[in-house]
Amino acid sequence: MSIRSSEDIVRVRQAVRALAVDLRFSLVDQTKIVTAASELARNTLDYGGGGLVRLEALTEGARRGLRLTFEDKGPGIADIERALTDGYTSGSGLGLGLGGARRLCNEFQIESRPGEGTRVTIARWT
Amino acid sequence: MERIPILKMGDHLLVTIQVDMHDRLATTLQEDLTDRIVKVHARAVLIDISALEIVDSFMGRMLGNIAAMARVLDAETVVVGMRPAVAITLVELGLTLKGVRTALNVEKGMEILRSSLASGSGPVHAPEAQEPESADAEG
Repeated sequence: MSIRSSEDIVRVRQAVRALAVDLRFSLVDQTKIVTAASELARNTLDYGGGGLVRLEALTEGARRGLRLTFEDKGPGIADIERALTDGYTSGSGLGLGLGGARRLCNEFQIESRPGEGTRVTIARWT
Repeated sequence: MERIPILKMGDHLLVTIQVDMHDRLATTLQEDLTDRIVKVHARAVLIDISALEIVDSFMGRMLGNIAAMARVLDAETVVVGMRPAVAITLVELGLTLKGVRTALNVEKGMEILRSSLASGSGPVHAPEAQEPESADAEG
């Protein structure tokens, strides 16, 4: 799915919700992954200048999971540790997006190169 | 343009957010609300978020901004109806909605607003005070 406008953030939230319901996530788990998706989609739009998100359903034995990969070709993040710190923001936000999204998920990965873009992958398991 | 309706009831304004808000809608609501507070001399704003399936940091910031703007305009804001799953997620996200008064439902929210307006103190500046002291403000 592409992320080019604030309406796209709403569409990403709805798609993630629908998939989480299909995977029989509990209401709290649904809410957490949808909220994390909303934060990361907004980062992709505001800081990455727009980009893409990929949604994947995962199974591992009896466990079900949902993986989201956000990619942009924006300016990238020079200091990832700092970007993950609560309260740090280079924009107008609260600086909770990245660190907050990490806390709402079971797996979190971020790769970024200044000048090339950023890829954030999160997963949440039932 | 799409807008969230603002209802007037005496010197109260009521807002029920029933749509999955995109960012521009949230910004428009802030502007519409502050305009209405001034236009109708509202003393209190009640925002019902019981239909919201999530509150992310952007929406949390918007609620905080509305409460702060209303306070500057001498009106008090109460946010009511947050779903339990939303509350759990918000706190884990790191957002505690400091400065925003909350109540479980519309009825309790109206009680808070009524008793704080009746006490004549205007907007309460200590956001930590969740419940007013006067028990029977309903009368």
